[in-house]
Parts: sequence; structure tokens; C-alpha cells
Amino acid sequence: MSRIRGGANSTQIRVAARRIGAFIDRVDILVALDAGAVGHCARRVDGSTLVVGDRSTIGDVPGLVDLPFAAICAELGDRLATNFLAVGALAGILAIEATALESYVRGHFAGKKPELAERSVRAVRRGREEGRRIVAETGMAVDIGRGRGFASDWLTNGSEAVGLGALAGGCDFISSYPMSPGTGVLQFLASHKNEFGLVVDQSEDEIAAANMALGAWYTGARALVTTSGGGFALMSETVSLAGMIETPLVVHIGQRPGPATGLPTRTEQGDLDLVLHAGHGEFPRAIFAPGSAEEAFALTRRAFEVADRFQVPAFILTDQFLLDSNWGSEPFAISAEGPERRIVATDGDYLRYAPAADGISPRGVPGWGEGVVRVDSDEHDEEGLITEDAIVRVRMVDKRLAKAAALAEAALPPTIFATGSWDTIVVCWGSTKGVVLEAAGRSGLAGLAVMHVPQPWPLHPSVGELLGRARRIVVVENNATGQFARLLRAETGYRSESVLKYDGSAFSVEELARGLAASAATSLGERMAS
Amino acid sequence: MNPSETAVAAEPAWCPGCGNFSILEIVKRAVAELGVPRNRLVVTSGIGQAAKTPQYLDSNMFNGLHGRALPVATAIKASDPGLWVIAEGGDGDMYGEGGNHFIHAIRRNPDIAHIVHDNMVYGLTKGQASPTSGRGFKTPVQVDGVIMEPLNPIAVALSLGASFVARAFTGDIDRSVEIVKLALTHRGYALVDMLQPCVTFNGLNTFKWFRENTRYLDSSHDPGDRKAAFAAAIDEGKLALGVFYADSGRPSFHEACGAYSSDGRPLRERNRDMKRLASLAAAVGQGSRA
Repeated sequence: MSRIRGGANSTQIRVAARRIGAFIDRVDILVALDAGAVGHCARRVDGSTLVVGDRSTIGDVPGLVDLPFAAICAELGDRLATNFLAVGALAGILAIEATALESYVRGHFAGKKPELAERSVRAVRRGREEGRRIVAETGMAVDIGRGRGFASDWLTNGSEAVGLGALAGGCDFISSYPMSPGTGVLQFLASHKNEFGLVVDQSEDEIAAANMALGAWYTGARALVTTSGGGFALMSETVSLAGMIETPLVVHIGQRPGPATGLPTRTEQGDLDLVLHAGHGEFPRAIFAPGSAEEAFALTRRAFEVADRFQVPAFILTDQFLLDSNWGSEPFAISAEGPERRIVATDGDYLRYAPAADGISPRGVPGWGEGVVRVDSDEHDEEGLITEDAIVRVRMVDKRLAKAAALAEAALPPTIFATGSWDTIVVCWGSTKGVVLEAAGRSGLAGLAVMHVPQPWPLHPSVGELLGRARRIVVVENNATGQFARLLRAETGYRSESVLKYDGSAFSVEELARGLAASAATSLGERMAS
Repeated sequence: MNPSETAVAAEPAWCPGCGNFSILEIVKRAVAELGVPRNRLVVTSGIGQAAKTPQYLDSNMFNGLHGRALPVATAIKASDPGLWVIAEGGDGDMYGEGGNHFIHAIRRNPDIAHIVHDNMVYGLTKGQASPTSGRGFKTPVQVDGVIMEPLNPIAVALSLGASFVARAFTGDIDRSVEIVKLALTHRGYALVDMLQPCVTFNGLNTFKWFRENTRYLDSSHDPGDRKAAFAAAIDEGKLALGVFYADSGRPSFHEACGAYSSDGRPLRERNRDMKRLASLAAAVGQGSRA
């Protein structure tokens, strides 16, 4: 819930000696900071969970290991030390070296008052001692394999990754209206506007935001709009305008559960249909759905390239889970070459919609060259002037739709993961990639392949080919009606089974493994009965 | 550019006698007299009879969605401050459908001219009331007459702190040209509410009615005096014409937004600094390890 004043909340940190793309239900160590915390996490705590907390505030909880936060804060003369004490205690339990821990904390406060860093270092140091004490007293041993293999890994959240991808795509203009969970991208780009010379506008509404972005693209800038499903719904008419005037547009949609206001701070993959169909009339578009922060970076950059090259609206479809989670990855691949602006200088008799075999007319911008650039929301002729001529109409519809073929040829192929021979394919798109991969491994089912589709529209031809090779197709989606499964059926003809979740949270590894196993059992039962 | 050169071959879709013909001539003369090159003039518009105006001008044109010409114009100027930008449309387009943008464009103060064809009626949709229709005005929809208070665009703009506010009347082309030229050369947002008759759908606010119900602001009026401007805007006598208020001392949107403080080039001429991006990305990815 949007609790600005605070309330019961929890953060999960999953530690492993490999990259992690999902969360698990099981909690090994619960650090309870207040009396409500244990109840808040009750569903995920059992007899094997080590509960660490201050007995004087949370009372006698079974299995509690006392860590007197209040008393230590008093002793340190720092009533705000609780968080860093907790961090220190976890570091102690996990046997993280003191020097690594302390230099991390100092780095966290780099550029701030030195007293702040020293105060927090004192707290983590003290917390670490408490952690070592707990290990000694309980006789517990935590053995998390170690390796330097990750020392150079990056940790980024989805919003940062989309923002960096936009910068890599040449974004120099952002106009948006704040809406969770899309706002993080706006804030990220705003915080770097002066380094990169960006125009940033917090618009009066989503309609203004989208129209400003389109005006910027028309003038040769590369604009981004970030929003969520409800805000995007207001932009539908502008998406249609982008299709009509063949001016690029890039929109990032961070999904959250709808309809209407829904669950504003939770997650869902419920807006694929909306983004696929937004805008009246018929025109091509591209939709990207990253499965990690690294993909969010790469696909956002790609959305800019595709929008510019094909003169179509391009969408980056993420969700609250992807945007607000921190993802480990290799350093992002940032080329030395900047993006290419696909615009041309015009001559005196320039025609914005000059005929072209692939439908893509050279795009001039006002003020560059001798010509004028005329774009019209009405049906228009080659010059961009209003027309009702039926022959011109058909020619222009065909020209706009011709771009769809070229766009499809540039579609990204799916990623396929399989260790041996397979007869069942588990399909996912967007943020469920990590959890599907891990759950498929844990489900105990043999003969599984996992296919992740990073571009739900237009689909790469190999999606259909791979589906055709499977005996069973299972589509995992964070929505209630199986929107992607329906799209696959419409585009490839293949029916599938769905594993769905729509309670506002992402799949955990355990529940998806159970879901996949149950789906397999049902399928087997049906085959035996028939 | 001569006025004749700004004409294009397309035949206007307006009724004979429509005030839009006069506004087209006013705009053509104003840009010609200022020597604005055709390739550096961008006219944005929405939907409506007035919004067709850029179709008949030989210049860059963004004929977009109903009510949305202002955000488009704002972004165009902010992407290339070297362009001359006009947002043009009717009273329904700009004050009704685009009312929220009217309010917030004024607050941003983009360096654009905003020309609103105000004939106090809807033309394209055939004769319904507009936001500026007077009380009691009967239409096929407002069958008992308009029951809403008419919007006073001059007072609205002044109350929001618009940096240039003017009203003109198509019955006086010469003075209207001068007003539009002042709007075009003004630093910041400039509103020209352009009164015009609709010969087909408004039998009340006719050419004769406008002649009898308008007056120019006194020569003693000081366009630097916002209170006096406001008094003239809400005066219940004849509708005042002329420049109510002008203040060129305020930074416009592109000047204030920061993107041009150390680089005057339009956005399209800039290349992304990939080294700087790589170092930002590393700092973000490595967190405090950077």
C-alpha cells in the first residue's frame, strides 16, 4: 500500500553463490525490527527460521534470538542505529569480513558528512559483533559458497536499468506524469538531466506528456514517456497519432494490477492486451518485455532504435516487480558508438510521405534543410496535406502497414533454455524469466524446456517453430486470463495450458514449481482419460 | 517571404465569408513582414475549422489531435529554440478540449505564439455551444440556451501570470497583423484571442455584432500594469482589443529548463557522450564500490 508515513513492510535479501532472478518463500533468518514484523511474515516463517529481534519490543516469540536493539542504541547514543545494527548482525551471521563491510558503509555515505559514515560504521561494527555472538551461542553454521566471480557484478534496479537504456538509446527529452511504478525512471533521468543536457518536463497530465514526446520526436529529439497502465490508457489517442503521422514514440509502461487504480504498489502482467491494442485504427508497433535489469537496459535502448528506424511507436513493458527489485548482472554492454539519429536534411520540395517499398520514407525535421515537414492527423497525401481521396487513402494505409513486415524481420528471437531432450515447453515473457527458470529446475519434471520471449510483438517466427516442436505448452503469466497464451494461439495456432497468478505479487520459486507440477499432473490425467 | 508565397494550392474548406480567411491572411502577413523563413516556421494545430489553417500555409505543420496543439508546440520549441512556433486553433479546441494544457502552457511560459480563433461557437461539429458562447445562446444541443458562464480567456491567462495577453478582431486586419507580430516576437508565451464571426452557425455574434461590441484599449493603457490589464479583461462593457499585458523579462521554458544553459544547439545536433554514460552506469551498477 502507498504508505508514505510507513507501516508494516519487509525486504527480502536472497544470498547465493550464483546470480539470482527470483525470490523464495522460505525465510532462513528473519530480522524483526518491530512487534508486528513476525506476524507480517508469519506465512513464511516456520520452526527452522532464526528470528532475530529485541525481546523488549517484540516479546517472547518462539525461537527468538535476542538482539537488544534499543539498549545498544542507547549505549551508542544513536537512536537511529537500528538499521545498521541489523545489517551488521546479518553480516556477522554470514561471516562477511569486517573490512569489506565497513568500506561498503563508508562508500554508501560518500560525499556526505564524515560523521554520518563514522556513526554508521560504529553501528555495523557493533552489529557484526552481535551477529558473531549469535553464531557462537546458537551453534548455527552458515555456509554460503564464496567466489570472487561476482566481485565485478553490477546490482541495479529495473528503473535505473530502463533509465540507463534510454540514455544509451539517445533519449534527450522526457515528459511524464508521475504514476507508480513508472515514476522511478522519470526521477532517475531527472537526476541526471544536467550531465546529459536533457529536457525534463513533469507534465500536467499523461495526454500532455505523450503529445510533448511526439512533438519532440517530430523536431528530431528522442523522447521517452514513462507511466503505468492507467496513465497509458490516457495516451491511447496519441499512440494512434504516432501511428498516423509515422513519428517515432517510445513509452515505458510499468505494469501494476488493475482495473482502474487496482493495487498501486503491487505487480502484475495485466496490460499486454492494452499495449497491444492501444490506439484506434490500424498501424504497426513494437513491444519489448525485459526479463531482468540487464535486459531492461538493452531493450530500452533497442526500443529507441526500432521506433526511430521504423517510425512507429515502441513500448517497453515492465512491471513493479522488475522495476523495484535489485538485479545482479554482468556490467551492461555500453558501446562507444552513440545511437544514430535516422533523420535527413530536406530539400525544397521534400515530401514527408514519399513512396517507399518498405513503407519507410526518409524522415526530415523542421529547420534542417530547405524543405518543410508537414504531418497530419487526418489522412494525408505524400506531402502531408489532408485528403479524402480514396485512392490516396488506400495507398497510405498500405504504406503504413508495409512497415510491419520490416518490423517483424527485425524482431528479437526468444531465448530457449534446455539441458537435454524436451517435449514440454514452458513459455514466459517479461519479468517472470528468472522465476520460471529456477522453478522449472526445481519442479522435478523431466523433459522441460523454458522459452522466454523478450519481444511479445511482433513475434519472431521461431516462437511458432519452437511451439510446434512441443507436445505440451505451458504459459506462465502474472495475470488472470492468460493474455500472452491467447496471443500465441492467435499468432501461431497452438493451444497451451496456463499457470497464472494475480494476487498482486510475483511468483515465488516454490509456488511456481508447485504450479508447474500440478499443471503436468492435470495434463497427464486428461491424456489418460481421453 | 511574400504573403503570396505562403499560400499553398489546397483550396480552403471554409464557408465563404468565414473569419478564418482573414486570420489566414493576418498570419501570412505577420510572418512575411517579420521575414520568417518558411523552413523555420512550425504551425501546430488540433482539430476544428480553425485548426485547418496550417493546411493553407506554406510552412512546417503539425496538425495533431483535438486540444493538443500546445504541448506539441511547447516540445517543438524546447527541442529546437531556433524555430518560430505558432499553436493555432479554435475556442473549442484550445479552451475546451485543451483547457488543461492552456492553463499549464501559461505556467511554463514556452516561447510560442498561441492564436485562438474565437467565434464563440463550434463550426466543425455544426453549431453547438463553445466555452466562450454567451449565456442564453441557443443551439441544437443547448436548446433552451447556454446555461454556463462563458470562459473569459483574457482573464484566465492574466490570472495565471501569462507573459503576453492580447485580443484582436478579424474586422481590422492591419491592427491584427501588428498584434500577431508582437506575439511572435515576444519572449515567452503569447496569447492572441482572435475574435471572428462564424457566418454559418453563429447568428448572434455576427460581424456587425463584433463591430458594435468591441473597442480598442485606450492609448493610455500600460501593458506593464497587470492590475489595469485585469480590470480591462473583466470590464462588462464592450470587449477590449489590443495588448492587455506584456512582460518580456521572464525566462521562457527552454531557457529555464537547463538543457540550453551550456549548449545552445538544438537537441538533434547533439551526440550522446557515451564515455560519460559508461561511467554513470558503472557508478549506478557498482553502488558504493564506485
